[in-house]
Amino acid sequence: MAMSRDEIEQQVREVLIEALGVDDDEITTEATLMGDLGAESIDFLDIVFRLEKAFGIKIPREELFPAEDLMNNSEFIHNGKLTEKGLAELREKMPHTDLSEFEKDPDINKMGDLFTVNAIINYVENKLNAA
Amino acid sequence: MRWIWIDKFIEFESGKHAVAIKNVTLAEEHLHDHFPGFPLMPETLCIEAMAQTAGILVGEAKKFREKVILAKIKKAVFFDYVKPGDTIKLDATIESIAPEAASISGRITCSEKLVAEIDLMFSHIDQNLAGKEFPEENFVFGTGTSVFEPLLRDVLSVAGKESGQD
Repeated sequence: MAMSRDEIEQQVREVLIEALGVDDDEITTEATLMGDLGAESIDFLDIVFRLEKAFGIKIPREELFPAEDLMNNSEFIHNGKLTEKGLAELREKMPHTDLSEFEKDPDINKMGDLFTVNAIINYVENKLNAA
Repeated sequence: MRWIWIDKFIEFESGKHAVAIKNVTLAEEHLHDHFPGFPLMPETLCIEAMAQTAGILVGEAKKFREKVILAKIKKAVFFDYVKPGDTIKLDATIESIAPEAASISGRITCSEKLVAEIDLMFSHIDQNLAGKEFPEENFVFGTGTSVFEPLLRDVLSVAGKESGQD
């Protein structure tokens, strides 16, 4: 029962409209969940629950939004930036996200920008293909 | 006034579903101001009543060990007024539950008529992603909140008595 990327995007959009109370036209694939769409921490869990239901998948804690885990580890963060080790960890944990821009200046304040609509679509697509 | 907006549970299926009732009465003082000559149970308090129904359902699912707090009102749509003399039924179903949070859908009815649809999210605040720490004492389901036992008198024999014993 393979879903096309368009179908996945459509479902993800519906999830975000419901969870964040945003309009369809606010959701571009580059939109960031926190910056552009105003998501707060509880909204991330809401989104996870809704994605699980919409796609019939199980999303383990930290798999989709793993950044908080990194923030609490001094090995991964130095002077407000991710260390090489931290970046390596992030790459491993977020294979579905393009990190090339972020790597040029891995400021932790910009980590929120990594959670884009596109990252969710990629994540769900990988997850469905792996199943 | 005590901040309890349900009277008792009439159904309780651990980890899944619960129904509580509330009898609305003119002895509740705020009804005389909301509104003078036209007393209605405030919709905000209907949401609170649903949060209490669902919050206890979510708390019991983890044997009252987690601190369960209302984190998000996902939806609250009202279709009818709640008036003195009404017995409202608050029906809550757990949609998803994870170590850090739970999501529920709820319906309020009065004599089988739909009054409201209220969907909520609860956080288990000790399991929050930011790793913030809270007091060890369970201020949600601790010993000072023994009022939960009378609420659950008809539906829980074992689980209800375990509340606040940790």
